[in-house]
Order: sequence, then C-alpha cells, then structure tokens
Amino acid sequence: MYAQMVKSTGEGVKDLKEMSPEERAFQERIDRGEKIEPKEWMPEGYRKTLIRQIGQHAHSEIVGQLPEGNWITRAPTLERKAILLAKVQDEAGHGLYLYCAAETLGVSRDELLEKLHSGNMKYSSIFNYPTLTWADIGAIGWLVDGAAIMNQVPLQRTSYGPYSRAMIRICKEESFHQRQGYDIMMKMAKGTPEQKEMAQDALNRFWYPSLMMFGPSDKDSVHSAQSMAWKIKINTNDELRQKFVDQTVPQAEYLGLTIPDENLAWNEEKGGYDFSEPDWSEFYEVLKGNGPCNKERLGARVKAWEDGAWFREGLMAHAEKQSAAKLAAE
Amino acid sequence: MEAAADQVDRTAYATWLMRMGDNTLILGHRLSEWCGHSPVLEEDIAMANTALDLIGQTQLWLGLAGEVEGAGRTADNLAYLRDASKFRNVLMVERPNGDFGQTLMRQFLFDAWHHAMLTELLTSTEERVREIAAKALKEVSYHLERSADLVIRLGDGSEESHARMQAALDDQWAYTGELSTPDEIDTATAAAGIAPDLAKVGTVWRQTVEEVLRAATLSVPDSTFAHQGGKSGRHTEHLGYILADMQFLQRAYPGAVW
Ligand SMILES: [Fe+2]
Ligand SMILES: [Fe+2]
Repeated sequence: MYAQMVKSTGEGVKDLKEMSPEERAFQERIDRGEKIEPKEWMPEGYRKTLIRQIGQHAHSEIVGQLPEGNWITRAPTLERKAILLAKVQDEAGHGLYLYCAAETLGVSRDELLEKLHSGNMKYSSIFNYPTLTWADIGAIGWLVDGAAIMNQVPLQRTSYGPYSRAMIRICKEESFHQRQGYDIMMKMAKGTPEQKEMAQDALNRFWYPSLMMFGPSDKDSVHSAQSMAWKIKINTNDELRQKFVDQTVPQAEYLGLTIPDENLAWNEEKGGYDFSEPDWSEFYEVLKGNGPCNKERLGARVKAWEDGAWFREGLMAHAEKQSAAKLAAE
Repeated sequence: MEAAADQVDRTAYATWLMRMGDNTLILGHRLSEWCGHSPVLEEDIAMANTALDLIGQTQLWLGLAGEVEGAGRTADNLAYLRDASKFRNVLMVERPNGDFGQTLMRQFLFDAWHHAMLTELLTSTEERVREIAAKALKEVSYHLERSADLVIRLGDGSEESHARMQAALDDQWAYTGELSTPDEIDTATAAAGIAPDLAKVGTVWRQTVEEVLRAATLSVPDSTFAHQGGKSGRHTEHLGYILADMQFLQRAYPGAVW
C-alpha cells in the first residue's frame, strides 16, 4: 500500500488483562470506536507506529508526483494537461494533510523528510516504476489510485482522529483520480491500434506492481495484528488485494484488455477470483533500492530539497528580520 | 462577430488573441516542469495551481482565437499543431526556468504585466474578451499577490537569497520590454478598442514593479535594451524543444483521440 510493511512494536498484541490500567482504558476506547485525539494519552508504540505509517503514506504522495509529472509537459490535449496538473496538485495536497497529521504526533515535517532523504523511511514501491507512455498515466489513475482507495476507504474509520479526517478528505479526491485514469484507458483501448497496444502494455507492466502495493501476506504478522487491534490497520493485505482484483477484473474486461495472468479464474466457492501472486523477490529488491527508478525518484527529491535550501533559508531570514523590526518598534 | 471586430482586421484580432493564449500556454508549460521538484511542498502546490490556471486561460484565449480566425481550428489544434514560427508568445515565457528564484522573478514580472493588461481588458469593446479577462483576472490577482510577496521576502531575506533575486532580475530584465512595446497588431487592436494602449499597461506595470522591488531591496537595472521577436514569431532556440515535448503525441499519432 502507500504504507507497506509498517512495523509496530513487534511484541504481539497484549491481552487486556496484561495491560496497565492506562493501556486498558485506551484499548477499550478504541474497541468502542472512539477517536483518539493528539493531546490524549496513547501508548508509545501506537504513536511510533502511526508516525511510521502516516509518514510513509505522506512520502508516497509526494514521490508519487514524479512519475505522473513526467507526462504533464507531454499531455496530448489541453484538457488532459489540466486534469493531470490538477491530479498531481491534489497528490501534493494529500502529502501536506498527512505531514500535518503526523506533526500532531510530535514529529516535524523536516524530520520526516530527513528520514526519507537518508533512506531511513520508505515510500510506496509502486512509484519506482517508470511511466513510459501516455497510457501509463491512465493505468496509474485506474490501478494505483484504485489500489490506494481500497486501503484508504477503510482507514477513514481508523482510530486516530487527525489521520481519519485526512483520509476522509483524501478519499473524495482519489475516486476522481481513479475515474479520470479509467477514462484515459477507455479512450486508448477504444482508439487506434497503436493506442490499444499502449493501453495493454501499460496494464501488463502495472498489474503486478499494483498487486504488490498491498504488501506481502500479513496474516501471520505480529505487526499487523497489533496495528489491527489499534485500528490503524483495518483489513489484512490479502483481503484488500482480493477486493482489488475482484473489482478490477470486470473493469479490464469492459476495456477489452487482458490481465496478464494465465491463472486468473473465477472461483465460485469463494466468490472471488483466483490469481497469481506477484514476484515477491522483485518487491523486496525494489524495497532495497533496486527498482527501475529508485535512484531517480529519491535523487529528484533530495536534489529538490538541497537546491531549495537557499529559498527556505531566505524566507526564514526575512521572517526573523520582520520579528526583530516588530520587537524594536514596541 | 461584433461591430468592433468588423472594424479591425480579423487576422490582427486573431493574432492578438494568440499572443494572449500562447503566453499563458508556454508559461504554464514552464511552471509545470517544477512539479515535484520545488523547494517546499507548498510551492509544488502553488506552482501546479498557477500552471493549471494558465492552461485554463489558454483554452479560452486560443478557443476564441480559433473562432475569430474562422478556419475551423480549435484551441487544441492551435496549441498542438502549429510550429514555432507561428507561436506569438513573448520570449520571456519560453526561456528555461533556471533556479527557483529566476522562475519566481519571471513570474512576478509577468504577473505584474498580466494583471495590468487584464484590468484594462475589462473595458474591451469585445464582450468575449471582457468575459475571459474577468475570469482570468481573479486568478492572476492571486498569482501577483503571491509572486510579489515571495520576491519581497527573498529579496529582503538572506544574503544569498538577495543575491540570487538580484541576479534573476538582471537576467530577466532585457526580456520585459517586449511585453509593453506595441507593434502594428497592438496598434490595430487598440484602435478598435479590443485591446488597451500597451504604453498605458507598461506604465502601470512599471509602477508595480518599482514598488515591489523597492520593498524587496532590489535595484532596478538601468538598461533599457529589450529583446524582441516572440510576438511576431521569431523565437529563442528554446521554444522548439518545448514544442517537441508538448506536441509529441499529437504529431506521432495524427488523428488519434485522447
Ligand atoms: Fe493521493
Ligand atoms: Fe490520487
């Protein structure tokens, strides 16, 4: 997902009886569906896990500007250009809401960025794949925003108030993105033979990386169990992946495109599709930094930050002068 | 078309509209290159937002240009299927972005002109022009407020930001004169009341620029030399590359629907 393989305390979920009175009261509030707000007591593990999860999500939004930004200058019509600009702007806005949500937990945006730049925090693996044709912009909206929605809709009910509210705002925009992406795919799939070929090729390249977005199976993971008890994770990775496949297969059929999986078949018994797992060794390589675009993506973010240092310092210097002048005037 | 348009050569009117639309198109293109690469997240958002406004204005100006021209060309046709020598934007907007300070300084110098121009266009004899100007002015007022504010804060900021903003101003200066130097198209459209007297726009522009630069502790270059050519289709080497990018899909797959 936008936050993949987020580690929690790693200790497994405590039984209510093993908890301190504070911890128990906290867990009971969560179990009752109450929201936890920034100033309230929370276990240190809850706070840290949320910082990791929200931070990774925020980083994904801003790194996610890059693969799509790659096609803004080449968008094929003025309308498509405007739609794509608006989308990329939304993604930056999502980054902003999420950094703000993380800041309520006592970490600054600059600290989080420093961790991204030094490789100590990750962003979603999906943004390490290149956008090679215009159809990739359609595929990203359709599949990547589609997968993001799968994860984020349940997170609207997450226990941490600021995170939940950020998700509610974000989800509205993500569904627009998905529709717009699908619309690009539709135009191309029904277009010239070359366009159709680009559409199929984009699906071929983005299918498995999209499935990887949900992360490897976590049904036995202690991290996930704790996160689920705290309601900062609502579904298992496999549940979300299954939902995503079930939703996407008919959409691909409607486009007249073929999902690149020979094992894809409807399973009447489970009421969902059987499908092939992505190549998890590729996923781990991408996380390690060996995806096709890791170096460019992180490099672009670091360069932007370093090249912009004078700008940020200049604004700070101005603000200091202003407050000094104000003080002198008093 | 309306009465005023009959009095002026339609070609002059259409060309003038293309100048408006090409300025916003090419500047919007340049700004969009910052997407994901600017110094802080708020600037990524603001850059994309400004670019988006400019592309929206392009659709209106070029759409009207196509109608006035009367040859059945749409805004997209004009944007995607003209070669460089048919583009009518000023040279300033096609120059490479440089550092973020250069981009901001260019933006301020352009916004100050754009704002003055659109304000005058509110009283154009052409209703369609008045409508577009009114819509665009709302957006451009915000662009100008933002770029002027940043020029002031960075000019009167750190030693380095001051030096960079002064260098940016010196670099852009020779490209500002083209904005307010009238030629026969400007004179003809002004005579018909469609467009304002450019000299008047230039005076307002100069006032805004001097006021903001003073607050920014930057000094106005004393050179009056002005590069010209964009408005009549003689461009820098840079425009060809912009078009190679922008027009790639339309050129490579003629007739495809996107
Ligand atoms: Fe997003
Ligand atoms: Fe999105």
